[in-house]
Amino acid sequence: MTATRREFLRYATGAGVGTALGGLAGLGLTLAPARAKAQALRIKDSKTVPSICPFCSVGCATLIHVKDGEIINIEGDPRSPHNEGTLCPKGAAIYQLHRNPNRPTKVLHRKPGARDWEVVELGWAMDRVAELIKKTRDETFVERMPDGKLVNMTTSIFALGGATLDNEFNHVAQKFCRGLGIVAIENQARI
Amino acid sequence: MAEAMGFFTDTTVCIGCKACEVACKSWNQLPAREGGQPELSGISYDNTVQLSGTTWRHVKFIEQFDGPYNGRWLMMSDVCKHCVQAGCIEVCPTGAIIRTEFDTVVIQSDVCNGCRACIAGCPFGVIDMNPVSGTAQKCTLCYDRMSVGLEPACSKACPTDSIQFGPIDDLRRRAQTRLEQLQSQGETRAQLYGADPEGPVGGLNSFYLLVDEPEVYGLPSQPKLPSRNLASSAAGSVVGAAVLGAVGLVTLRKRRSEDVAESERGGQPRA
Amino acid sequence: MYPRNLEHSDCFVIMGSNMAECHPVAFRWPMKAKMNGAKLIHVDPRFTRTSANCDIHAPIRAGSDIAFLGGLINYVINSERWNTDPFFREYVVSYTNAATIVSDDFKDTEDLEGVFSGLVQYTEKPEWPYNAFVGSYQPASWQYKSPSVQGQGEQVAPTARSGEQKAAQGPQAGQPAGGPTGPQPPAPLSWDDVVRSLKRPPPQRDPTLQNPRCAFQITKRHFARYTPEVVEQITGCPQAKFLQVAETLLQNSGADRTSAFAYAVAWTQHTYGVQMISCCALLQLLLGNMGRPGGGIMALRGHAAIQGSTDVPTLYHSIHGYMSHPTVLKKHDTLRDFITTETPSGGYYANLPKFMVSYLKSFYGAAATRENNWGYDWHPKIIGDHSHMAMMAAMEEGKVKGMICVGQNPATSLNGSSQRAAMRKLEWMVVKDNWMTETATQWYSAPEIKNGDVKVADINTEVFFFPSTQIAEYDGSFTNTQRMLQWHFKAADAPGDCKTDTWFYYHLGKRLKRAYENSSAARDQGWKNTVWDYDREPAETAGEISDEPDELKILREIAGFQTADPTKHLAGFGELKDDGSTTCASWIYCGCYPAPGRNLTARRQPDPPGAPGAHLNWGWAWPANRRVMYNRASADPQGRPWSERKRWVWWDGSAANAPNAQTGAPTPAGKWIGYDVPDFALTKAPNAQPRPDGIGLDAMSGLDAFIMKPDGKGWLYVPSGLVDGPLPTHYEPVESPVQNLLYPKQQTSPVYKHWAKAKNYNQVARVGDPDYPHVITTYRLTEHYLAGAMSRWLPWLSELMPELFIEMGRALADEKGIRNLDWVKIKTPRSEIRAKALVTDRIGVMNIAGKRVHHVGMPWHWGWEGLSTGDVVNDLTSWVGDPNVSIHEGKAFLCNVEKD
Repeated sequence: MTATRREFLRYATGAGVGTALGGLAGLGLTLAPARAKAQALRIKDSKTVPSICPFCSVGCATLIHVKDGEIINIEGDPRSPHNEGTLCPKGAAIYQLHRNPNRPTKVLHRKPGARDWEVVELGWAMDRVAELIKKTRDETFVERMPDGKLVNMTTSIFALGGATLDNEFNHVAQKFCRGLGIVAIENQARI
Repeated sequence: MAEAMGFFTDTTVCIGCKACEVACKSWNQLPAREGGQPELSGISYDNTVQLSGTTWRHVKFIEQFDGPYNGRWLMMSDVCKHCVQAGCIEVCPTGAIIRTEFDTVVIQSDVCNGCRACIAGCPFGVIDMNPVSGTAQKCTLCYDRMSVGLEPACSKACPTDSIQFGPIDDLRRRAQTRLEQLQSQGETRAQLYGADPEGPVGGLNSFYLLVDEPEVYGLPSQPKLPSRNLASSAAGSVVGAAVLGAVGLVTLRKRRSEDVAESERGGQPRA
Repeated sequence: MYPRNLEHSDCFVIMGSNMAECHPVAFRWPMKAKMNGAKLIHVDPRFTRTSANCDIHAPIRAGSDIAFLGGLINYVINSERWNTDPFFREYVVSYTNAATIVSDDFKDTEDLEGVFSGLVQYTEKPEWPYNAFVGSYQPASWQYKSPSVQGQGEQVAPTARSGEQKAAQGPQAGQPAGGPTGPQPPAPLSWDDVVRSLKRPPPQRDPTLQNPRCAFQITKRHFARYTPEVVEQITGCPQAKFLQVAETLLQNSGADRTSAFAYAVAWTQHTYGVQMISCCALLQLLLGNMGRPGGGIMALRGHAAIQGSTDVPTLYHSIHGYMSHPTVLKKHDTLRDFITTETPSGGYYANLPKFMVSYLKSFYGAAATRENNWGYDWHPKIIGDHSHMAMMAAMEEGKVKGMICVGQNPATSLNGSSQRAAMRKLEWMVVKDNWMTETATQWYSAPEIKNGDVKVADINTEVFFFPSTQIAEYDGSFTNTQRMLQWHFKAADAPGDCKTDTWFYYHLGKRLKRAYENSSAARDQGWKNTVWDYDREPAETAGEISDEPDELKILREIAGFQTADPTKHLAGFGELKDDGSTTCASWIYCGCYPAPGRNLTARRQPDPPGAPGAHLNWGWAWPANRRVMYNRASADPQGRPWSERKRWVWWDGSAANAPNAQTGAPTPAGKWIGYDVPDFALTKAPNAQPRPDGIGLDAMSGLDAFIMKPDGKGWLYVPSGLVDGPLPTHYEPVESPVQNLLYPKQQTSPVYKHWAKAKNYNQVARVGDPDYPHVITTYRLTEHYLAGAMSRWLPWLSELMPELFIEMGRALADEKGIRNLDWVKIKTPRSEIRAKALVTDRIGVMNIAGKRVHHVGMPWHWGWEGLSTGDVVNDLTSWVGDPNVSIHEGKAFLCNVEKD
């Protein structure tokens, strides 16, 4: 390899040169204009963390560049036999899943009949949900069918979701439900 | 001088996914148009419509049908052509537009005074103003990434390798092979656009494989330069390179000095 | 089959999928194959970005796929090539059930004008009246000629089981009554004898394929009427195109060439979706493409973890690793009942007792003992169809009180306005998501609220919204469409109150553990004994202090360990025991985490360029890190590669083997080797015979390549396991513009599901309904994702497809005076919505049996939240679905279109 015929890599490690370009968030209405010039490599001195695209099922590998605890860039992992560094537009937009002013970060609660949300404390909301699950379970639990068959379940609580989340979530979610006798568990694989 | 680098876009394998558009925006931190809320264009699946100061890649969709289900759907990812004889460089009064050591064309935003001369000077309608910065902007061919040996964001993202990046000479060889393959399969309209160094504007460092006439893709068959003052444009580009932002790379400095020496001999700064 | 393996394909048929748009990166691989000369074919109602890159686009009317596939089967069976090239006969006789003799009682649709033998009426049971079958089959007559294939028939998803169907015919005699009221004997130390007692003599076969009752002859007769003329009449695809597809596929199948199929939800979202896939499997078996490089069928799944959420089932009908969920609809009263009902004596699934006992140990830990049959009675049982639409039908009747919705958006789902109406009847609802979804906000901003039909104050639901982490903010594994687990690492902290979704259930669980800790009620003992300890251990998590659960601890419980010492992980499912000494939630994931510090899902080591391998050191694919399933079939009956070009796994007769680990006895030379993990008993020779008293793999010969099947054969004819027939048959969608040309007396599947059939909100158009004359299909676009929560809030994606549209042909647009970009009203018996028109020749009018039928299509990504908003296309769809799996018919229905 010579200086004039360098190997151009698909592999973006954190070992770049130049100075970081800070402060640009790349987002919709609030975005500052891009200062496109012959800019310095903005992933310089960043840490590279291996990840997987959260959109479709192809399982494209990604690399996440992090600096000072902040995600500054996400692109394809060129080592992956699935995608070899490439991505689709959704995969290429993963950055905006994270750095996005539209992202909700607070717990909200709506009382029965109320017109509006209220922002509530996370611990309180968890306590309240646990209380409601217990109440509904205790009121609707069926130990035996009319013919005497043991079933130990309730069909009065519906747990939905899982196909967009990881395996560990699915294990804990289904075990939580089945442990309590909640049998109506479904996810997007049904639809 | 480093080797000339560029893009070969094989439109026959483009799936119109627009990964190149988003990868470009993500790397270069460019905003969506109208906050991501433009109106539906009605032009096939193209809602980007044109290259602009904030959209440096644009996938075109051309529906060629003769009745239901009977026809073809052409797709092409468009970008700055990085002309070997670049009209924008010629007309830029401030020297903001430079030719890099990779023989690519880059606008330095902090030198640009927003005079818009380059917009009129581009035969392809590539350059436009960034409405907030008030400067002209376009594809840099990811100069920052290239400078450290990384492939540009768009070609890296392209799932089907419709956008290929590499030394221009290699790309031309690849393009010729692919052209012959298509022709042997009966695609008589297959043609290269901008691959010929003897052609208009000295060839394009971002060139294309098409399967119809260039006009079908919105490309001029005979792109014209605003003037013919090539020698001064080449010199100007080297001046530009000297004020390039990224400093401290010994090899880069060395190459620049070679460029200067080369241009002083009157040669164009190409590999 | 998996995307990268398409590199090796010579022909690739995409049907029921829009791969280039919906799986663009996977489409990299067929495009590589195309560059090397492979032919790409797209069979689809629309000319899409996939069609644009294929060699052939064959347009067919949505929902007519079985007619097209059946035509291919008929073409293949009667072709000269198939009847003269010895490859096909050798593959089919050796590896499929073509030669197996079927019961004399079986009657085909050809005999009964469109239905199979065994059709009966269906009546709902009052305990759970949401099973929704319009009819039901008694499948006894579909079996192989006596003796029958035992066991497998009852492994069908309980979705399919109605209260009318009798319980399994397991050998119950001699067993104590047991059951719910009497005391049960303790579980045996080994279940082998129980499984052995289920053994039956092998079914009869006729390797000449001449017997008129063999599966091959029945199949041949069944499809004889699917001629190119009939295919054209039913599907609208011109005969010349159909024949071009058939010939291309046939010429690219054989010893030296392989063809692959891909499908996605355009094959599942029908009232006969399972049969579409089954039909393709039948065709691919006939063509000898299964288990071979570049061959097979690829299921293109739609979400990052949808494979994982099916394997690790947040689905009501199954428990880990595709074991049936215990149910009252089958003989599942005791653990012994469950095992005798569910376990076949032959094939790898004969190990089910090991899977089940290890699962129960993972659930109830030390509390699960032999004496209490490993805690089986604590495990809940289902009582019917508790699938999405069944639950919504129950919810609409006020039978469901609470709902927890995590990362899903039912407010924009099937017959969406009815789902929203159902959810308004909940007492409480929790939404946990990364974005404000329509489900979270429907109580104040749904269309029916905005237009005043429903008052916010009248909705008595208590609603919660919890914000979630994004992908880069937590550790965990996804299972992709290749069945491959891949680990992702946390890169940054999440903002505000954003927590992982696992955190949510884990900490709810901790609260409920405390709430029940003093209960002595019998009903609460299962929960009290549920193992619930996923606190982080500093050693495994680099010292990070967090109340987030330890994902590696969860993975360990899924993948398994020695009960006596949790630091001794299991290396693979071969180590599982049925005596409680192994703890493992998911037998299929066993081996992905074989030792502390060795999380194989996190591997990122690709093969070197040019190597002929399967990238076995990248991630980990179940089962056993195998990449192509049933790959024994990639070798000929003698164990040699079918051809040098199609080499994948083969028998090396000279390979030395280690002595038997238990007995020390020498093992004869010979071993299966190759580019992949062989899907076969490693040292079983191609000429090996089954052991007379053998169970599991010992009951299989060296030719039984399909090791998960009880008879070791790929099934052309499906004797058990499906509720809607042993062979695929063309029926019309529930809403269709034409009569069923093939069977005029049987318009639809006789056993599909129709929930809330009597309710106004779920009515369907009648056949050829003049008020709803157009065929409509729904789909995704590259630029958006699902109902849009993860894309319509992102400026970079919203700008690419900023508004909802309907695609329609020029002829329809002209008839209705609609111009490009005009607003259009789209109406079905369920709802009416608006969208802008995209007028195009990529979709249009079709000639169906002489009738001009306009075809239109709409992407379904929109709702009222986000940067890009639009009407909910799913409001148009109905709750009718597949009888095997309860998936709705969202890909083919009727509508009307008018200029707004």
